[in-house]
Amino acid sequence: MFISMNWICDFVDLSGLDKMKLIQQFSLSTAEVENEIFQKGSDIDGIVAATILSVEPHPESKKLHLLKVDAGGAEPVDVVCGAPNVAVGMKTAFAPVGARIGEITITPRKLAGCTSNGMCCSESEIGLSDDHSGIMVITDDIPNGTPLKDVYQIDDIVFEVDNKSLTNRPDLWGHYGIAREFSALSGRPLKEIGTVDLTPYKDLPKVDMKIEDPLCYRYACIQIDNVSRTVSPVNMRIRLFYCGMRAINFLADITNYIMLEMGQPMHAFDSRKVEKIRIKRFEKEFEFQTLDKEMRRIDSDTLMICNGDTPVAIAGIMGGLDSEIVADTTALTLESACFDPVSIRKSTVRLAHRTDASMRYEKSLDPEMVGTAVGRFLRLLTDNDPGVTVISAFTDEYAYHYPKIAFDFTRAFLDRYTGIEISDETVLNTLHALGFGAELSGDTFSVTVPSWRGTKDVTMKADIIEEVTRIYGYDNFAVHTAESPLYPVQISTEKNVEDQLKDLLVKRYSLHEVHSYVWPYYDEFKALGIPVEDNIGLLNSTVVIRRSIAPTQLCQIRINTAFAPEFGIFEIGRIADGVNAETNLVNEKKMLCITLFSKTRTTEQLYYYLKDMIAVLADDIKHLPVRFAKAEASHAWQHPKNLNTVYVNETAVGEIGLPYPTIAEKIDKKAAIVYAEIDVEKLAAIPRAEIVYDEPSKYPEMEVDLTFLAPVFAPIGDAVRKVSSPLIKKLSMTDIYEDAQGKAITVRLLFADKEKTLTREEVNEVVDSIINTLKAENIALKQ
Amino acid sequence: MMEKVNQLKAAFAERLQNVADAQELETIRVEFLGKKGSVTGLLKDMKELGNEEKKAFGQLVNTLKNEITEAIAEKTQALGRLAIERQINSMPDFDLSAPPVLDRGSYHPITLVQRECEQVFRSMGFTVEDYSEIVTDYECFESLNIPKHHPARDMQDTYYLTNGQLLKSQTSAAQNAIYKKYRRALIEEGKPIKAVFPGRCFRNETTDACHENTFFQMEGVMVDKNISISNLIFFMKTMLSEVFKKDIKVRLRPGFFPFVEPGFELDISCLICGGEGCPSCKHSGWLELCPCGMIHPEVLKAGGIDPEEYTGFAFGLGMTRLAMMKYGIADIRDLNSGNLRCLCQFTQDA
Repeated sequence: MFISMNWICDFVDLSGLDKMKLIQQFSLSTAEVENEIFQKGSDIDGIVAATILSVEPHPESKKLHLLKVDAGGAEPVDVVCGAPNVAVGMKTAFAPVGARIGEITITPRKLAGCTSNGMCCSESEIGLSDDHSGIMVITDDIPNGTPLKDVYQIDDIVFEVDNKSLTNRPDLWGHYGIAREFSALSGRPLKEIGTVDLTPYKDLPKVDMKIEDPLCYRYACIQIDNVSRTVSPVNMRIRLFYCGMRAINFLADITNYIMLEMGQPMHAFDSRKVEKIRIKRFEKEFEFQTLDKEMRRIDSDTLMICNGDTPVAIAGIMGGLDSEIVADTTALTLESACFDPVSIRKSTVRLAHRTDASMRYEKSLDPEMVGTAVGRFLRLLTDNDPGVTVISAFTDEYAYHYPKIAFDFTRAFLDRYTGIEISDETVLNTLHALGFGAELSGDTFSVTVPSWRGTKDVTMKADIIEEVTRIYGYDNFAVHTAESPLYPVQISTEKNVEDQLKDLLVKRYSLHEVHSYVWPYYDEFKALGIPVEDNIGLLNSTVVIRRSIAPTQLCQIRINTAFAPEFGIFEIGRIADGVNAETNLVNEKKMLCITLFSKTRTTEQLYYYLKDMIAVLADDIKHLPVRFAKAEASHAWQHPKNLNTVYVNETAVGEIGLPYPTIAEKIDKKAAIVYAEIDVEKLAAIPRAEIVYDEPSKYPEMEVDLTFLAPVFAPIGDAVRKVSSPLIKKLSMTDIYEDAQGKAITVRLLFADKEKTLTREEVNEVVDSIINTLKAENIALKQ
Repeated sequence: MMEKVNQLKAAFAERLQNVADAQELETIRVEFLGKKGSVTGLLKDMKELGNEEKKAFGQLVNTLKNEITEAIAEKTQALGRLAIERQINSMPDFDLSAPPVLDRGSYHPITLVQRECEQVFRSMGFTVEDYSEIVTDYECFESLNIPKHHPARDMQDTYYLTNGQLLKSQTSAAQNAIYKKYRRALIEEGKPIKAVFPGRCFRNETTDACHENTFFQMEGVMVDKNISISNLIFFMKTMLSEVFKKDIKVRLRPGFFPFVEPGFELDISCLICGGEGCPSCKHSGWLELCPCGMIHPEVLKAGGIDPEEYTGFAFGLGMTRLAMMKYGIADIRDLNSGNLRCLCQFTQDA
């Protein structure tokens, strides 16, 4: 929203003060001001009023005219002008030789052979409006040669307030509210807004008007006849233009002017079209044409202004085309109203049509303004068009009053919140300047909230802290640290586990951490042939939340196949495992997903590499061994074979597996791809095993290598465990190969005795026992 | 006899001189000192000598034997030195001019920035908390004093799920749970609540170089008796100076957020120009950085904390924005792209 400092100065005298500094203060104390501040009028100089004395055709050009202009000097000035609206006797804006417009200084200049000693200007050329259809028409009686800046408010400082910073301040949606802030910041008094007293009209007939819906808080109207003026005064047009609106006609301009001035939207109807005003909603949907000529769909939640049963305007949003003021309108019905802010906002969203009016209404406007705005309208109307007649009583239905808000707070409360001392006087002055009622008795302040702050903005004493401190100025605060007792910081295990996992995967395994979205990658899934799985989804959408991260990572692997011959990625992210039927809450899980890609290893080798990685993770984080158990594939993207559940301490924490062959092939025909997904919360919840120190034997240890003809390692491990000799310190697999005899696995057993030197016999006894156990299971020692 | 000894001595000296390696030396040793060696052979001749002579000759042979042994030992050492020298000389100079093969993993840039911030907060006595991404309306809005019809709840901003839950639109969604988790310690043991909670947030926006629907924030709260606006300003200034590793000027402007009262927009002096004004701060000298404020009494109440007795402040930091600022990442979409050509560069640990 653009703010004109001239307009502000109508209500607070800021003479002698540095206005730029005040604007800066406003930005720090009230609402954010955009960086660029406009010095309006600074780009023109020396423009005067002048009357066209004669108009002759140009000998060489059909478009140009030769004028003699009275610019206040002794002699008329010869001017060549191309504007279509030149006429004898017309008063216009004239830039004589020596005047400046933007970068250009006016000099005598030949136009198609004739010299022009100056230039007649359009409003657009001198920055007063965007009208460049012809030269400016001045109807005011100004002596020729008078600088326009002396009669019109062309010089102005205009700044823009970020609308977002005003969402909670309905009172700041017009200049008067902003002026109140400047009053508080400068310590200068705020003037009253000029209105016409409406009571003299009370005996005139009332307008037939009735609120039939609680969404309308207040509705007031008045009927006026004999409006003769069509074009608004120059100063009014300049202000509208500077504040981002364009002048339309006198009546529309006043309503816009009041909206910019007070924040109160108004609407003027042709009286012939609104003989019986009713404010209500309709049960059935229908089409309605607004004055921008758009057809709009109105539903049963949208409040309408009606003439009897005929809708004439969308309440608080936009008037209808049919009831608009037209050329032959003589009598108008002026609406000033207040509506339920939430209803207006929702209607705006449904209609996808936001207007200057709805933008204000949705902020919770002060219904008290409704009457004042009508008085203000009549003031501006009668001041500029004295012949108008009011033909109805001021008709006002005030259906909903916001509750009056008042509360007390103590000195101690204020001091505790601010951490500094702000004097009683400053507190009272600030609150009074902002329009609050405030009294101090003992150490208790009693506050009443003014109507324009009481619609939602200020509701309790904490709100007063803001009022006092922002005007006091945060830059003026003495800052100091808190005096709080010291305690050890509590550390969340889960957060720690997450950090440990990341460190290990990045530093030891050189994996790359990635991030992704929580919904499926629809297009990429399609390309890879990964079906989207049914799951809880977004409301009013076909998008679901993912059930696993692995499919996402397969898509991410796919875009990176050229990155390196071998690489791995991981993410700690969230999935939704359906909805809990009892609580109706999503089963959200935090998962670690790892996917490895390799063109240098076989799938089997890569699988073992990942398996060892998981074992290291479990050992590093929980100091516990992992165990794997075959699992059944439950997702279409999984390879049906080599899917294993990962157990840590008997808790199933995740799985390790391969993508379905066709998916892997689509990613890269020659590469191996394996993945694992681990539930981080489950892993974190497992108690960590402590390190138990085992002192190495002081006697020599003995290693024995045995090669068995076995398809898998498991029975060998089982046999070693079964023998359970205290002499066995370690069992490891050293080789696996296949020859004519079949698959062979070499294991190494480490023997040690803490008490004495081992004998060959006792070791052999254990070894034989293992061999015999395996023989019973048809696993022979390789010869 | 003497002659034989001298001959042998000379022969040995000659042989020794020409020895090239340890193996040859061993042959010589066996030749002279072995059981069948020539020095041993000399002793065979002793039988023919008289007692006196025997003694003298014996001494002579012994001396010879000792001399040879010593010479061999010396030669062994010399050969060893020579071998090492040869080994050293034969080693080529390695080529360090070739680019190193790093094969390092990488952290996501958000992780790095988040860890840096966490470290600062831990050093100031804050606990770091984690929270879910799918939350209830109560957690995300109602407990945060965001009334039923607040625009922040609008469908176009928040991703609602079909069961009524939603993808959290702000890390503040964890506030209520954190108050409830620590309120007992606050009220019964007098331990102030000091917590930060980073997290992934979601807002329904069309993505482009500057907008993402999935991004990271970190929120922090401190609650105790007598926490004031003055404390908030002090804390924010100290904390941000640590985060940016330079002395930062801060300024507060009023800002409206339903869960704080008063609420502020915090600006910091521009990191590029230090406040002089430059294109990156649009010549204002200030950068809008983070929202903060005094925790709204209703929010404390919802967390089971009496606002008449306790006050607190809260602040939010945009991790995604910080990461982009820190590393000069121009396109926000790179962060969620999974593109390793972008992400592999973030190798350094926080």
